[in-house]
Amino acid sequence: MSTADWPLFEVFIRSRHGLSHKHVGSVHAVDATSALENARELYTRRNEGTSIWVVPSNAISASAPEQKDALFSSPVEKIYRHPSFYKLPAEVDKM
Amino acid sequence: MYAQMVDTGVKSLKHRSEMSADEQAFMARIDNESKIEPQDWMPDAYRKTLVRQISQHAHSEIIGMQPEGNWLTRAPTIKRKLQLAAKIQDECGHGQYLYSAAETLGVGRDQLLDQLHTGKAKYSSIFNYPTLNWADMGAVGWLVDGAAIVNQVVLQRTSYGPYSRAMIRICKEESFHQRQGYEILLTMMQKGTPAQKDMVQDAINRFWWPSLMMFGPNDDASTNSAQSLAWKIKRKSNDELRQMFIDQTVPQLEVLGCTAPDPDLQWNPETGHYDFGEIDWSEFFNVIKGNGPCNKQRLEKKVKAHENGTWVRDAAQAYATKQQAGAATKKEAS
Repeated sequence: MSTADWPLFEVFIRSRHGLSHKHVGSVHAVDATSALENARELYTRRNEGTSIWVVPSNAISASAPEQKDALFSSPVEKIYRHPSFYKLPAEVDKM
Repeated sequence: MYAQMVDTGVKSLKHRSEMSADEQAFMARIDNESKIEPQDWMPDAYRKTLVRQISQHAHSEIIGMQPEGNWLTRAPTIKRKLQLAAKIQDECGHGQYLYSAAETLGVGRDQLLDQLHTGKAKYSSIFNYPTLNWADMGAVGWLVDGAAIVNQVVLQRTSYGPYSRAMIRICKEESFHQRQGYEILLTMMQKGTPAQKDMVQDAINRFWWPSLMMFGPNDDASTNSAQSLAWKIKRKSNDELRQMFIDQTVPQLEVLGCTAPDPDLQWNPETGHYDFGEIDWSEFFNVIKGNGPCNKQRLEKKVKAHENGTWVRDAAQAYATKQQAGAATKKEAS
């Protein structure tokens, strides 16, 4: 039997510092259980995490590169959403 | 470098005015240092070059386990054995990260393995040299991984996102490889018997030139190299990387109290670099063509390992199928 049909899983790991799960790569596996085992071998050889998620790659919906402008150009102009937009006197500028 | 002489399929560099609108927009992004991601438009030749380079890199990591595996059962202490096993496991992991990165370009892992097993795909020439004594484990870690690190540190800035991210991960792990190798040599030189010290010098004599060849042929007249640099797949030329490696390695060689098998190797105060002798390129091309001391043996062993693993893959598949069938029956019953 060929492994060509083995599904691809995306791997996400939460580091010990309490941050969100972060995408680290992908593994092929026959099912989710063995995908977790493979991900553990491949991506946590140095204490990188305390939790692993594996998600079938084909279950992910992604925005298309052509949509980049439509989706992301508007916030670029909205500089008033950043604290540095507001100029305050030196005495209170640590606010 | 773990990828040598990667064919770009390009005979001469295109001028901007000869490019399509898509290509011009692509080059503008490259110039801007924005990363190219899997879903983005890219020229076919860029995609093919990446597949060749990344898969060659992956194959090198996988074949690279063999020269070290040769000494695993004969490591002098349990500590050295554990370290070597950890390093070999890392190489396997690095191969996997890289196959994953290549797959984002639309090529299947089975396809890539097939190309390796049939001899169609290349891997680094360095792994076709035998490891003859324990000091070779030190020399491989220090020189071979050292040369790979010089290349890979620069490749962290490669233009293709998934390749760059794999490189960042690999670089984090690889530094231990070089340090453990150097420590093996240092221990033998400082505490070893005269015979053990001779082993160190012998290992360096054999691995010095092949390590320099890892960076690939000289820059002059290499269209492939020029195209890869223009696409920012490569960020520094073969000769630049080789010089960086030599400059950082010679002082380490002196601390060991050993010499390089190159009478022309000497510091040049005018250039601020080490001068070194001519590389024997006929040896390099011969090994690349498949006639190195271990080419045949390495490939045979890889194919055999893959074939011997068939029952494991079949068993995993059979078990998963059974589990899924069981789950489906339970669901029906409830």
